[in-house]
Amino acid sequence: MKLTLKIWRQKNNKAKGELKTYPIDGIEGDMSFLEMLDVLNEGLINKGEEPVVFDHDCREGICGSCSLQINGEPHGPDRLVTTCQLHMRMFNDGDTIVIEPFRAKAFPVIKDLVVDRSAFDRIQQAGGYISVNTSGNTIDANTIPVNKHDADEAFNAATCIGCGACVAACKNASAMLFTSAKVSQFALLPQGRIEATERVLNMVAQMDKEGFGNCSNTGACEIECPKGISLENIARMNREYLSASLKG
Amino acid sequence: MAILSSSIARKVAMALSGLFLVFFLAQHFTINFTSVIDPDTFNSWSHFMGHNILVQFVLQPVLIFGVVFHFIMGIILEIRNNNARQISYKSFKGNRNSTWASRNMIISGAVILAFLGLHFYDFWFPEIVHKYVESNPLDATRYYPELVHKFESPIRTGLYCLAFVLLALHLWHGFSSSFQSMGWSNKYSRGLRAFTQFYAIFIPLGFIFIALYLHFNQIH
Repeated sequence: MKLTLKIWRQKNNKAKGELKTYPIDGIEGDMSFLEMLDVLNEGLINKGEEPVVFDHDCREGICGSCSLQINGEPHGPDRLVTTCQLHMRMFNDGDTIVIEPFRAKAFPVIKDLVVDRSAFDRIQQAGGYISVNTSGNTIDANTIPVNKHDADEAFNAATCIGCGACVAACKNASAMLFTSAKVSQFALLPQGRIEATERVLNMVAQMDKEGFGNCSNTGACEIECPKGISLENIARMNREYLSASLKG
Repeated sequence: MAILSSSIARKVAMALSGLFLVFFLAQHFTINFTSVIDPDTFNSWSHFMGHNILVQFVLQPVLIFGVVFHFIMGIILEIRNNNARQISYKSFKGNRNSTWASRNMIISGAVILAFLGLHFYDFWFPEIVHKYVESNPLDATRYYPELVHKFESPIRTGLYCLAFVLLALHLWHGFSSSFQSMGWSNKYSRGLRAFTQFYAIFIPLGFIFIALYLHFNQIH
């Protein structure tokens, strides 16, 4: 497969970036998108040019590291997959592929296609946990009954890998889907109810402080999420937030 | 007071003011539709709305506040949202994951706002001048002829119809979205969404029908 890549190159956070064109040949349909970028980088290194910098780790769709905007969509044209699971068979011979970093004020570009997503870590730190006494008297979580529906919903919310595709897809760069998944995974379980009020208030406050946009309910985040996190989590977080605010 | 500055609170305020305006639209449509059925009924309802103290001095200011609040909050949200992505994508395929109506509420809203300017110029300002500036004597039969007169112009009728198409797009996303913003998500959500979409088509289409009926009826 012969392709033309237009890739965002930016030396550092302060530098002005631009799209650079790289023709590439010999790409197989069975290759993953990241393997295709590996081929490109090998060629660039052999020519003495600086390779394209991009985030990756597990390459199994579970770590949330890979984060590319491919032809105008986070993680590319396929659904329910991360960039590392995106196969080149999704493209045709002769295609031009535009590759950009996830864009948001809260996700500043570090270099080329790598962005700083530590804003998500700070939202998690603001309340994405439960306080459990681990001094030797820890109670087995399985001793607390949880109904099947709530357990399933909590698990689904917990499958969010924090890749940032929701922010990248949203026209407002809103982090509501991510934050709501992290709020929901605890709000649905009895262990999480104890700190539910402070959790939602603190996590939403941190989300706002990071400079993410507001949710316009377009649903783009749900469609582009590689883990299929549902918009219902946003409605749940809104309920939790309103209820917590009324409690004071 | 932290709630008043949060992103969720702003969306809830937007949703509540929007729902209030949706309710008002139904009331406005019901009275306007009587002009198609029976001019006398239209005249008597218009006279009541124009001279009832509760409507004039309580509901009307609340309505104007609702419109202005919804508009200003919409602008504030748009500015904040634009600020959240200062460098735009070279390639962004929003149409692959969302509807045009949901992504362009600011455009449909701006057209509706411009239409409101025309609508106030056509009906509200002349009515205020007639009643409170010129202090004309009461005449409960003047409303239907004034309405018919306004729709003589094909340009005005066309502009009204265009604005109602944009209103339909605004309602298509905004009405159901307001429930999501307020945290409504349960087994009735699908039914509610179907109702909001029916409403988004039915009411603007009804307004278009009234405008065209009044325009073409007098030609014949």
